[in-house]
Amino acid sequence: MEIVLAAAIGVLTASGVWLILRPRTFQVIVGLTLLSYAVNLFIFSTGGLRIGAEPVLRAKTGSLEAYADPLPQALVLTAIVISFATTALLLVVVLVARGLTGGDHVDGREGKP
Amino acid sequence: MTSAGALLILLLATPFVASFAAAFLPPRGRNVAALLAISAMLLALVITLALSPEITSVAPARFAVSWAPSLGLEFTLRADGFVWIFLMLICGVGLLVSIYARYYMSPEDPVPRFFSLLLAFAGSMIGLVLSGNVVQLVVFWEMTSLLSFLLIGYWHHGAAAREGARTALIVTSAGGLCLLAGLLLLARIVGSYDLDIILRSGAFVRASPLYGPTLALILLGAFTKSAQFPFHFWLPQAMAAPTPVSAYLHSATMVKAGVFLLVTLWPVLSGTEAWYWTVSAAGLTTLAVGAFLAIFQNDLKGVLAYSTISHLGLITFLLGLNSPLACVAAIFHIVNHAIFKASLFMAAGAVDHEAGTRDMRRLGGLIRFMPVTTVLATVAAAAMAGVPLLNGFLSKEMFFEETLAARGQGVLDLVPTLIAVAASGFAVIYSLRFIGGVFFGQAPDTMPKRPHEPPVWMVAPIGLLALLCLVVGTLPAKTIGPYLARAAGAVLGPQTPSFKLAVWHGLTPALAMSSLALVVGVAAYILFRRRLLELRAAPLGKLNGRVIFEQLLGLVADRAPSWVERRFPGDRLQPQLLFVLLAALAAATVALSGSAISLHPSALSTIDPAFAALWAIGGACAIGAAMAAKFHRLAALILLGGAGLVSCVSFVWLSAPDLATTQLLVEVVTTILILLGLRWLPARVPFKEQRDLPTRLRRARDAVVAVVAGAGMSLLAYGVMMHPVNDSISQFFLSRAYAEGGGRNVVNVILVDFRGFDTFGEITVLGIVALSVFALLRRFRPAEESLGPTPQKLGRDIDQDPTGDAARGSGVMGYLRVPGLIIQMMAPIILLFAVHLFLRGHDLPGGGFSAGLTASVALILLYMARGVRWVEARIIVLPVRWIAVGLLVALATGAGSFVFGYPFLTSYFTYLDFGPLGRTPLATALLFDLGVFILVVGATTLILIAIAHQSLRTPRRAKAPAAGEPAGTEGT
Repeated sequence: MEIVLAAAIGVLTASGVWLILRPRTFQVIVGLTLLSYAVNLFIFSTGGLRIGAEPVLRAKTGSLEAYADPLPQALVLTAIVISFATTALLLVVVLVARGLTGGDHVDGREGKP
Repeated sequence: MTSAGALLILLLATPFVASFAAAFLPPRGRNVAALLAISAMLLALVITLALSPEITSVAPARFAVSWAPSLGLEFTLRADGFVWIFLMLICGVGLLVSIYARYYMSPEDPVPRFFSLLLAFAGSMIGLVLSGNVVQLVVFWEMTSLLSFLLIGYWHHGAAAREGARTALIVTSAGGLCLLAGLLLLARIVGSYDLDIILRSGAFVRASPLYGPTLALILLGAFTKSAQFPFHFWLPQAMAAPTPVSAYLHSATMVKAGVFLLVTLWPVLSGTEAWYWTVSAAGLTTLAVGAFLAIFQNDLKGVLAYSTISHLGLITFLLGLNSPLACVAAIFHIVNHAIFKASLFMAAGAVDHEAGTRDMRRLGGLIRFMPVTTVLATVAAAAMAGVPLLNGFLSKEMFFEETLAARGQGVLDLVPTLIAVAASGFAVIYSLRFIGGVFFGQAPDTMPKRPHEPPVWMVAPIGLLALLCLVVGTLPAKTIGPYLARAAGAVLGPQTPSFKLAVWHGLTPALAMSSLALVVGVAAYILFRRRLLELRAAPLGKLNGRVIFEQLLGLVADRAPSWVERRFPGDRLQPQLLFVLLAALAAATVALSGSAISLHPSALSTIDPAFAALWAIGGACAIGAAMAAKFHRLAALILLGGAGLVSCVSFVWLSAPDLATTQLLVEVVTTILILLGLRWLPARVPFKEQRDLPTRLRRARDAVVAVVAGAGMSLLAYGVMMHPVNDSISQFFLSRAYAEGGGRNVVNVILVDFRGFDTFGEITVLGIVALSVFALLRRFRPAEESLGPTPQKLGRDIDQDPTGDAARGSGVMGYLRVPGLIIQMMAPIILLFAVHLFLRGHDLPGGGFSAGLTASVALILLYMARGVRWVEARIIVLPVRWIAVGLLVALATGAGSFVFGYPFLTSYFTYLDFGPLGRTPLATALLFDLGVFILVVGATTLILIAIAHQSLRTPRRAKAPAAGEPAGTEGT
């Protein structure tokens, strides 16, 4: 399982990196979103992968053997929300830049690529 | 608390309290503000006087409270005899300046602001001299720099004031940073931040290998503050300040802070060759350069500024001589200079106030109009020149004696003596010029106003100080003697020399030097008086510290950064990103090279084929999105969603339902968001690209970078996953979540309870992002060609729109009627689901984030189905307020725990029985989560609506004024 997830993170990263190096603003937005998927999965995976572990306490206390590691989950939950905010802000900056410059090149002008 | 402790605290608090009060007075409240300042300064003066008996010659009055005990930091106030003299200067001159400023400041100016700043400055200065902890001392030191900046720039509409303030701030606060480093080094050598302990460790410090850098850094701090050459240039520029500010800061307080520090640390740092050479050389140079340049100034305050520089140089020189008696002379001159220079600044201000100019070329013969001011200014100027029977003479005599005493046998050793005589001669010339050129001689016709005597309360402070010059000058042993002895004893301890203050010491070489300087000065003035007036520019104009400073500043703040920006890695985004990526790759390679992947015993070694298939789809989606993003945006967006959904499923698979919920909802909202935005991007038609060689190479390079980055991340992730997790704090959360947070959903408890402060920061960020989006789009006008109905819409049956308002804002009425109706009916159900998610969040997957996102999805679906106008006619959507309310609810919940004496965001919980509804957990964390929920709804809705509202916009036309914005809600 680990190797599948590691490969998935790799593919997401590669696609994202390729896209953020492209000249069109929309490509950069998609690229950043893909990168954020990769990073979220990566942070999540740092706690070790568990299948079928209880996420919610049954008794008043629990041990790591029986329950899913809550720490990476809490971190990723925060990361998901923040990456949503970043995407939204970036999208709006892109729209405003489009209104101001008339184009969708990341530099605001159609330079030599 | 001892009575001395109470007095010290009261003394420090008084100016700050008054400053705070003055800040809230109306801008025209000149009299109230002045009264407040005068009372506060008077109170501080009385406290200082009351403090005097508490100060014994053995130990300073002390007050200490624990500040950061784990770091060994205490908040300590201490006052010894030397500090007491400074307190008298700060409070006494402060009182006189406050009285003077009441009449000097125009009622047109926002005078309460002036007094508020002045009082805060006085408080910082008191804090600086009282500090018994060196870190605390630097804090007050920087506060004086900051307040001096605000006071110099008080008339901020003038460019000179702004520049002067900026220069003073940069020079003195940069020096303050050096001082901080120096004092930290000093504290490290001694092993304590306590000033009294440091003062007792002189020999130890001087023997330390760190003595050199410590000395250099502390001297940089002191020299910048006390305007020593080559940092002196900020002081003349600071003359753009209102005159009371100069009378206070640039005679008695701010500029004296540097020499205060040198005197205080004298027993620790002095006595070495390094101290002797740096301090006395800097002092002597400053003394000579300042006095020489003062001769050529045409601005009254300019003369005084350069004269101050020169006198500060004199004090520094005395301190550099390594002789205890010279140190006493330095302390004495600090007091004398403050007295005569403050009165001279006030006199210059009175002239400016009455005659309308400070330019000496346009002034003259003022004795006919303002005889009292003339007499007083003459007395003070004579003290500045070192005329006998005045206080300046006494300390100057001591200065000459010390200069002679420090003389060795060589020819070179004569240089200080010669410079001392020459500088005194210069002082005579500029003092004569100050008096003779302004108050005597012909009154030129060029005076802007016909002057007369200033108000009595403007003259009285000058008079009092001039009287002090005379009294101290004639009866030194009876007036200042005992206090000076106490101050010297406090600084020098057992080294204190016996000294006798007297007007007549007999025919000494020092008296000869004084007389020589006087005679030569008078003669030179008479000879060169006319020529001085005709001079256009002072000599050494090119070698001006100010010009060098400006060039240095230009280099550091402008040219160097722009060079870096141009060269490295350029001002275009793609090379920048490439640079960042390569740097990250390089850093990761360096950090990870050599580490091996270990095998985790509990790794899930078997691969579930379904999971592999899932990620085959996910990976294909990601690659597809990467390929389609240029020409097929919608397809790319769908593929992106595919990859997102696959990660969502992975979260469920790997026991993280909370993440899956949130990810799914974020996915939905992000997709809607981008869909709304897509419309405004320029159309891009696929074409067969011309691929020349550079383009191919570039794409190949990017592909290589992408593959390397992906492979690296894969390896890293695999390594991390196979690495056994040791000692994680997760177990702590699992054991305590229920016991201390009252929730079974540990992830949620972490977010709203254990790490609630982080979440608070996070929702603040979300709120700020939403407001930024709102602000960015408020002035946005879409490009001309993307207005009007989209091609897709044109083909539809818009005619069926019953309102006939299909053009803008109501969009999809016609062809979305049935889905619209369904959405309209679904909206309350979605909202109910949001409430459900919210309520169960503490014990089951859910919580404020996912609930907030769900609720905003309901709202935005309504917008999509029914159009902006329809929704806003029926529902009041005020997302900006929701953001504020959410933030305040979270903050109030967190602060609520203060009431019960717990730290911020301590949560309380209980279970309540609601009868048939069942037992429901009620934790204050739920209230906090409510804040999160409201804010997330507000922020998400604001972002989505801001984009959605773009369809209501009209283009900004070149000529015709844009049509008024449609009356909408806040979201417009």
